[in-house]
Amino acid sequence: MGRLFNHPLAAPALIALIVIACGFGLGSNFYLRVAALVWISALAAIGLNLLMGFAGQVSLGHAGFFGIGAYAVAVGPNVLPVSPLLALVLGIALAAVIAYLVGRPILKLKGHYLAVATLGFGILVYMVLSNESGLTGGPDGMPVSRATLFGWRLKGVDTWYWITGGVLVVGAWVAVNLVRSPTGRALRALHDSEVAARVVGVDVARYKLVAFVVSAVYTALAGGLLALFNGFITPDVAGFMHSIEFVVMVVLGGMGSIVGSLVGAAILIALPQALSAFQEYEHLALGLILMVFMIFLRKGIVPSLVALAGRGR
Amino acid sequence: MAEFLQFAFSGLTVGAVYALVAIGFTLIYNASDVVNFAQGEFVMIGGMATVFIMAAGVPMPLAAGGAIVIAVAVGLLLHRLAIEPARGADAVTLIIITIGASIFLRSAASIVFDKQFHTLPPFTGETPIVIGGAAILPQSLWVLGGGVVIVTILWAFLTHTILGKAILATAANRLAAKLVGINTSYVVGLSFAVSAAIGAIAGILVSPVTLTRYDVGTLLALKGFAAAMVGGMGSPIGAIVGGLLIGLLEAFGAGYISSDYKDAIAFLVILAVLFFMPTGLFGRASVERV
Repeated sequence: MGRLFNHPLAAPALIALIVIACGFGLGSNFYLRVAALVWISALAAIGLNLLMGFAGQVSLGHAGFFGIGAYAVAVGPNVLPVSPLLALVLGIALAAVIAYLVGRPILKLKGHYLAVATLGFGILVYMVLSNESGLTGGPDGMPVSRATLFGWRLKGVDTWYWITGGVLVVGAWVAVNLVRSPTGRALRALHDSEVAARVVGVDVARYKLVAFVVSAVYTALAGGLLALFNGFITPDVAGFMHSIEFVVMVVLGGMGSIVGSLVGAAILIALPQALSAFQEYEHLALGLILMVFMIFLRKGIVPSLVALAGRGR
Repeated sequence: MAEFLQFAFSGLTVGAVYALVAIGFTLIYNASDVVNFAQGEFVMIGGMATVFIMAAGVPMPLAAGGAIVIAVAVGLLLHRLAIEPARGADAVTLIIITIGASIFLRSAASIVFDKQFHTLPPFTGETPIVIGGAAILPQSLWVLGGGVVIVTILWAFLTHTILGKAILATAANRLAAKLVGINTSYVVGLSFAVSAAIGAIAGILVSPVTLTRYDVGTLLALKGFAAAMVGGMGSPIGAIVGGLLIGLLEAFGAGYISSDYKDAIAFLVILAVLFFMPTGLFGRASVERV
């Protein structure tokens, strides 16, 4: 059993099983819709986890990249002769370039200073998206045109359920491979101690930048998928609270755990839906659950439970 | 010139509130290494509780006192029930706990109070004072004066009382403080109480100018955090300078460049400051031990 857990493909395989089981198990479109939203958020959380859990760098502005991906899909086809899917690719490339340019100076900062710099970046993106209303429709948001693939219109909740689920599984698989590569080892080394990593010859600045760009790509992809899936987008996807939600997904599920990111995303997306019957008390419960989980499972849900299971054996 | 003065005064008024939030951050951070994202909620509780106690027919000074007591109680409970049990957890875990607390308190406020905007009557009338062509609300002077008084009292408390010195000792070195017999857990609780009181007073002072609602704390925590960082985390002077700087940047940015982008201007300057001074204006460079 233990060896099965440690197999490199365990996390993507488990996620694939969950996606398939939910795909056939969840009857109504409502549940499929919530599940697709979970897959999209989990993809962004996995990206942020590569940065936070493996490279040890905090970002409070990742919703900025999410917004860049989402608005590239929405605005792209209006201003350039591109299809929504090509716009998604361009948006991801744009996010990568911006991450590279922004990452170079701000990744020199450490700890809370890095947190506030990334926070500033996220707010800048949000302000541009909500103020340039000629392009983006302003705070009210804008519609997104339907994507077509080889003449086939991508619509319907179940279609998007399988697309987002498929992308999540591939994303998890790529992330696992990245973590197990020499790059992943370098990232974990600089997470444990930057000085020690530098002493053994790790180019710290370069690997931090790699992690930042890769996580931006994941998050922008997730943003583009949300825009295509929803058919409508508002600047709130790039807002400060959304950045915080991504961080909470990563930390709640467990830093450095790919499956944990899915668990964290599931809790943050599905819980408000489950609690919506209690409207008034929804956020009260959410805040309480966050505190209780972090106090009692402080390494995050998945790593804490794995440790508990290990002790029981 | 009149315009310049007008912007400067409105910037200083808002900046004073940011500075008080940043001082609250700094106090708790120094005593316990916790970055308390629920700091803005203390400001909200100060304003909202005063509004609702006054609505019950209590005169303003008593209502304000009651609101401060409520905020301090919330601060102590936050420390006792959420921070103390998680002692020794990672910095980022503690941050998530305070974010959870902030969501919880905001939601509790929307249930206990309501979701409307509220205002408090100005302390001393509404007739603007004209200085050099700029019209200044008397309440702005209350905010600025109140800020100066709070900072002075805090300084005197920290440097001239045994309790204050215990806080400073704990901030300097927790283990050493424990060894000389300081109850550091008590000191951390005290820093939460003092922070909460400062936040609540700031909320009461500024509510007549900026209005208050159950969710004003989020943005205040964000700006206060940025102020504390730009000044240099852990430095009380840095917190004051950082807060005033952000307030002024916002006011001048909104006035001279674009009111849509006032937050963007403030954060651009923060990024520039951190680019040249990676530990803030008054922060100390730290050495990492391997």
